[in-house]
Amino acid sequence: MNLAIITNEYPLYLEGLWTTIYLVSFSLLLGLFIAIPAGILQSSENRAIRGAIWIYMYFFRGTPLLIQLFIIYYGSAQFDFLRESWLWDYFQDAWFCALLALTLNTGAYTAEIVRGVIGTVPQGELEAAKAYGMSRWKMLHRIILPNSLRRALPAYSNEVIFMIHGSAIAGIVTIVDITGAARVVNARYYAPFEAYLAAALLYMCLTFSVIFIFRQWEKRYLQH
Amino acid sequence: MLELQSYQTILLEGAWLTVQVALLSLLLAIFLGLLGALAKLSHSTILKGIATLYTTAIRGIPDLILMLLIFFGGQMLVNDLSYRLNGWLNEVAMHFIPTHQWSAFLPDYIDISPYFAGIITIGFIFGAYMAETFRGAIMSVEKGQLEAATAYGMNRYKIFTRVMFPQMMRHALPGIGNNWLVLLKTTALVSIIGLQDMVKIAGDAAGSTQKPFTFYLAVAFIYLFFTSVSTTFLKWAERKYTIRTR
Repeated sequence: MNLAIITNEYPLYLEGLWTTIYLVSFSLLLGLFIAIPAGILQSSENRAIRGAIWIYMYFFRGTPLLIQLFIIYYGSAQFDFLRESWLWDYFQDAWFCALLALTLNTGAYTAEIVRGVIGTVPQGELEAAKAYGMSRWKMLHRIILPNSLRRALPAYSNEVIFMIHGSAIAGIVTIVDITGAARVVNARYYAPFEAYLAAALLYMCLTFSVIFIFRQWEKRYLQH
Repeated sequence: MLELQSYQTILLEGAWLTVQVALLSLLLAIFLGLLGALAKLSHSTILKGIATLYTTAIRGIPDLILMLLIFFGGQMLVNDLSYRLNGWLNEVAMHFIPTHQWSAFLPDYIDISPYFAGIITIGFIFGAYMAETFRGAIMSVEKGQLEAATAYGMNRYKIFTRVMFPQMMRHALPGIGNNWLVLLKTTALVSIIGLQDMVKIAGDAAGSTQKPFTFYLAVAFIYLFFTSVSTTFLKWAERKYTIRTR
């Protein structure tokens, strides 16, 4: 065990840690913009909307994240019209593709969480809101959403942890996240044990910090 | 589409390999999960500590990192160990037979196959999740049942196989099902350590035909087929169990 490798290369690992945090938080945030409308519209009366959302969720929850990333990153090169358009600037960039894959993936899983909690808002609260003369929109953003978000927190913390773990595949498509940093270190020194162990420890710290933060939130929000 | 047809056989072979890896690691995961759950519920502090360390560490580390660690790191560790053991054995031999010439008692280079590394890693990861599932299931079996079994003079092994196991599996089934669906998708990662599963084959085919989208989409559909078959089967199994119990 040669610890000097890790201490020598710690700036690279720190850069990787920062990239992982940035990538995961950004895609989680963007994923919410997909998940909340998708979760709500799952109970829409329009069959076309319902069908489209069902297909989206079915595909992204039923296939591995790695394949989704490969379809976006490698697959996009197959289409000439894409290569010739301005979009190609984005699709040839590993960073953009990883962000897109992670966002679409978390969007689908989070939509399922949203759907689950929205369907189970206590009826009494809805009736009370109706009795107050609230419109449907007001009911949604004053009663249904705050109540649901609170109850979604435990399931969502699991999703965040899955995203931290899932983001490790970004290291395969040349991005220097924690996994990418470990791969670079391994290639430089041929010391897989040290290189990947350091990455494992970093991921562990990150995961347990997130679990800790969510516990604090749950304590505060679930008090009432 | 024509490219897909010419690679059909080899792609399906890769799909079969994926199924093998998934099923064998599920078997290992169930075994490790049972051990982990029993250790967590045991009275021994040491066993409890080891099981807690196991499940906590796995939840903190991504599957990809664990796989790379076990495949590459494990390879080095095994070879290092074999090298040192060889040296030690030779020294011992020299000590007793002065004319002893250095020889390799153990193979110089042990090659861990990506097939076994993949199965062991995935089994090891999901064993931790299974342990949590089984722990909950074991705790939901009524105490009275176990007391009755003890009163009948059953030994601990018999209590487990005849009373505990059949009843806990009913509670564990939904959890096992969820873990299986996640496990199935994790198998895609074995392509990264070089196993010729369908992801790797699709990658090679994509490289030589310049049709990456077609091939990766085909793999995505095969995975969708696997998960759909699994969910249908799991729903059927759960329904069957509820009918039987009520």
